[in-house]
Amino acid sequence: MFKLVKVYLKIGVLNELAYRANFWIQLFESILAIATSLGMVAIVFSKTENLAGWQHSELICLLGIYFVVLGSINFVIAPSLNKFMQEIVSGELDFTLTKPRDAQLLVSIQQFQIWKVIDILLGLAILAWGLNSQITTTSWIDGLMFGISLLCAGAIVYSFWMILATLAFWFIRIENITQIFWAMYIAGRWPIGIYPSWLKWLLTLVVPIAFAVTVPAEAVSGKLPTETLVLAVIMTAALLFISRRFWLFGLKHYRGASA
Amino acid sequence: MNSNWLNYYWRLYRTNLKVSIMDQIQYRASGMIWMIGGVLEPTIYLIVWSTVAEANGGSVGGFTAREFAAYYIVLLLINHLTFSWLMQVFQFRIQYGELSYDLLRPVHPIHKDITDNIAYKIVQMTIMIPAMITLIVLFDPLFNFQLDNTLLAIPVIILAFAVRFLLEWSLALVAFWTTRVTAINNTYFAISMFLSGRIAPIALLPLWLQPVAETLPFYYFIAFPAEVLLGRLDASSIGSGIGHLVIWLAMAILLLNFCWKRGVKAFSAVGG
Repeated sequence: MFKLVKVYLKIGVLNELAYRANFWIQLFESILAIATSLGMVAIVFSKTENLAGWQHSELICLLGIYFVVLGSINFVIAPSLNKFMQEIVSGELDFTLTKPRDAQLLVSIQQFQIWKVIDILLGLAILAWGLNSQITTTSWIDGLMFGISLLCAGAIVYSFWMILATLAFWFIRIENITQIFWAMYIAGRWPIGIYPSWLKWLLTLVVPIAFAVTVPAEAVSGKLPTETLVLAVIMTAALLFISRRFWLFGLKHYRGASA
Repeated sequence: MNSNWLNYYWRLYRTNLKVSIMDQIQYRASGMIWMIGGVLEPTIYLIVWSTVAEANGGSVGGFTAREFAAYYIVLLLINHLTFSWLMQVFQFRIQYGELSYDLLRPVHPIHKDITDNIAYKIVQMTIMIPAMITLIVLFDPLFNFQLDNTLLAIPVIILAFAVRFLLEWSLALVAFWTTRVTAINNTYFAISMFLSGRIAPIALLPLWLQPVAETLPFYYFIAFPAEVLLGRLDASSIGSGIGHLVIWLAMAILLLNFCWKRGVKAFSAVGG
């Protein structure tokens, strides 16, 4: 599996190295997006010291995680699965299916956008900066909980995208549906706790942004209840299982482009 | 002569509008998806600022939670009425050579863009109105509508739409000279987020930023018409706002003519 990832990653790097100016464009756009978010938070904290229990530095950590997760999605999940959805329409998926490796793995890692790594790196830098200005020190238990919750975040976001993408077996024009995810993702720039309960539930169970951003941010700020972490692990297992079953079900339904 | 000219444009707009509306009714589903983001963004700021107001003993910068609700619900409407998508699409027109066809028509291509824009807004109202009613039910806004402010807001909104449309149409023409339009657009949108009153009402911005917001046009496109409608401004602020809009209207018209003439000259059609 890792060998396969390495091969696709190498192709991605080689492709992008042909367009080196894109690096500067991406750097500029990442910095612009991060500066906008930081400015937004700074304006809110110029009027208050505490937003529903969150300090300024804790929200900076949250923004860091927001960009790490955003970058990870755009690094491989979104480009690969978008390509998969186009291949159903064009019929190229049949070539992937004939390859002697697991098809879900193949469609999930088939395209890397390597410059999106900038979002991940800048996000980590913002996270480090936020941690550095926090008054309370982070214990190793918080660190461990953060690691687990970040892994869960990645798996949950991936499974969610995988479920959306699998819908393409039945609905051709499904690409629009990933726009719903992006439209709702902006809600992750603030802790889910500030939202009214209907929106909180929507962002936890329907579009799992709470687990993707808020939960790791709570962990890193030492305010994550153990029950929530357990819930995140259960949610991860459930979504990985459901997305796999759904994929296999969809594949069985798929008759190929020529049929 | 003069009445012929008017008659010509009247028929042109009427026909284009009818065609555009029919055209866009087909895409209501994707329009609905785009609206989710459009509605969610002001809702998020509404919630954030209401939380701040309540933490500060009920109000911040002259806004209570219910006044923030009123501000952001009206802002949603005004942004919908004055926005345009030209800056995002113009590069594709040039790259795919669509502009070559538009240039062959006997009228300036901006007329079709105006009718497309109005048609989109009419069609999307079928989603916008239920969305606003939902927000009103959920957040219990405190509206203070008065007849004179409401009547005044109508021409202000039309003026704001005209200026924003013409200015963004002119800026979209940058695509004639560079293919890296996205970076320029994103800078424009980032500045606009802060200065148009979307992240926060202008009164809540840092003191050094407020005069900047009151000089640049962004505030007058979105938050200013909203504040007129809500009755939050006194007569002199309204007068100065309308003055700014008129000056920016003149500048936008000049800029548009200047850029269009040069842009078309620089344009060598792809595949032409």
